[in-house]
Amino acid sequence: MSNSKLARRFVIAVPNIWLILFFMVPFLVVLKISLAEPRIAIPPYSPLWEWVNGSIKFNINFENYAYMWEDSLYLNAYLSSIKIAAIATLLTLLVGYPMAYTIARAPEPRRSILLLLVVLPFWTSFLLRVYAWIGILKTKGILNAVLLWSGIIDEPLIILQTDIAVYIGIVYTYLPFLILPLYANLVKLDDTLLEASRDLGASRISSFFRITLPLSMPGIIAGSMLVFIPVIGEYVIPALLGGPDTLMIGKVLWNEYFSNRDWPVASAVAIVMLIIMLIPIMVLRRAQSKGAEI
Amino acid sequence: MKLRFTPIMALLGYIFLYGPIISLVVYSFNKSKLVTVWGGWSTKWYGELFANEQIMQAAWLSLKIGVISASVATVLGTMMAMVLVRFKRVRGRGIMGGMITGPLVMPDVIIGLSLLLLFVTVSGLLSELRTFEYEMLLSVFGDDVAKTLAQMMRTYFEYFPWPQGRGFSTILIAHITFNMAFVTVVVQSRLSDMDDSIEEAALDLGASPTRVFFDITLPMITPALISGWLLAFTLSLDDLVISSFVSGPGATTLPMVIFSKVRLGVSPDINALASLIVLAVSIGIIISALLMRKKPK
Repeated sequence: MSNSKLARRFVIAVPNIWLILFFMVPFLVVLKISLAEPRIAIPPYSPLWEWVNGSIKFNINFENYAYMWEDSLYLNAYLSSIKIAAIATLLTLLVGYPMAYTIARAPEPRRSILLLLVVLPFWTSFLLRVYAWIGILKTKGILNAVLLWSGIIDEPLIILQTDIAVYIGIVYTYLPFLILPLYANLVKLDDTLLEASRDLGASRISSFFRITLPLSMPGIIAGSMLVFIPVIGEYVIPALLGGPDTLMIGKVLWNEYFSNRDWPVASAVAIVMLIIMLIPIMVLRRAQSKGAEI
Repeated sequence: MKLRFTPIMALLGYIFLYGPIISLVVYSFNKSKLVTVWGGWSTKWYGELFANEQIMQAAWLSLKIGVISASVATVLGTMMAMVLVRFKRVRGRGIMGGMITGPLVMPDVIIGLSLLLLFVTVSGLLSELRTFEYEMLLSVFGDDVAKTLAQMMRTYFEYFPWPQGRGFSTILIAHITFNMAFVTVVVQSRLSDMDDSIEEAALDLGASPTRVFFDITLPMITPALISGWLLAFTLSLDDLVISSFVSGPGATTLPMVIFSKVRLGVSPDINALASLIVLAVSIGIIISALLMRKKPK
């Protein structure tokens, strides 16, 4: 008996200790270093407390946060990330909703295959799928070659290294994250409701807007948040497809760490990003628990 | 027959999903280095890929990290899923559930930076301990107690070493951490779909919970473990941002090499590499789909 109790404790303790040590504690370390002063040393920041003649001396400073507030780069980067994430989420929804709807309405053997086809690209390398778009979108790329050849355009379009390329990249890589929760919601939709509304004389479009759309709201919200939240901190897509003007906070944090070697400011950028993401994360958790009830 | 709007949109969506992947594979066989010029079929980029020492070394490192991190993450993630689904009387399951979804939505730059700062901070603390700086302990406790405590901590870290420097081991720890969250989600959904009456019957007949797990639960969740492992392996093989933060000199993973090459534009040997990955993943997903289909009734 005590043996199985021991095993039980072990099973609870091991994964939780791992997560606390390597997921929760690191955030406290980031918070601590965001309150330190940068300096040229190893490690490149001042200690938060020191022992001076047997008593503790704190050096907490909010300089990094003040600096972020004064330099318009950071505020603009946050706003621009939120804007890009919001527009990209909307575009992903426009592409993903018809797909999720078609999959959910398909008869069974075909439905599983269609769903598998959505997930399949997710298993191949994300980095390489973003890279594929460089070859397609660049000035002498596949898209321009096709459009020039077919006579639709006379001058090659400049898409790569603009925000449009970033939007395409985001919609492309995050599509499965939106379709899966939306599909899970749409597949549970009761057909009799739609039949009743058609019998009562509602048009196909009006039944969609008055029945399907409101009922699929939890799926829409969960899927949108699964795109919106990670896109705010996205680095690879703006770095590969965006231009020098594409301002995103993930890129700012990366440069702060890798180019400027300013660890305290990088930490402060991360802390503010986490605070911004708290609201969408709470919305996501609510939508997920609501979706589970239906 | 009237053409319907939504299926056409869906078809365009599928073309959008697969077009880029197909273009990568097709152009990996292009003789010409230029994307727009078709120079005829050729497999020379595959030859160049295998001759590239840097790519091959990075691929080997990524494969090692992928296999080890996916395996450890599968064990830890299965334990976590068991706690969340089957251990009904454990306090704080809500907090654990929240904690495990963290790595799923957190941007990579934050996970990478926070783990790096943890590694640096703890190595700093350890080196202070190693140089006998127990001033703090001394001021709180007496001389003897401080000495004993410092000695105990040193002994502890001899047996449970913290990674020295950054590279293989720090990347491994980072990958286990985020992979474990994904495995938990996969196993968790399988466990909650599963009927637990067989497990309860075995418990009623006097089998120990450990035996029930290994004899009944484990065989039933094996398909989920395999697809969880494959997902973890794929994610590990794919990670650029987190690895870049926590790696040190000498530890360059495959995505890091790919990223530095493709930042400068298209390079055909990377197309060849992408095609090989697409091939491997297709085989993997077909196997795991077949395994998942054979659900025990």
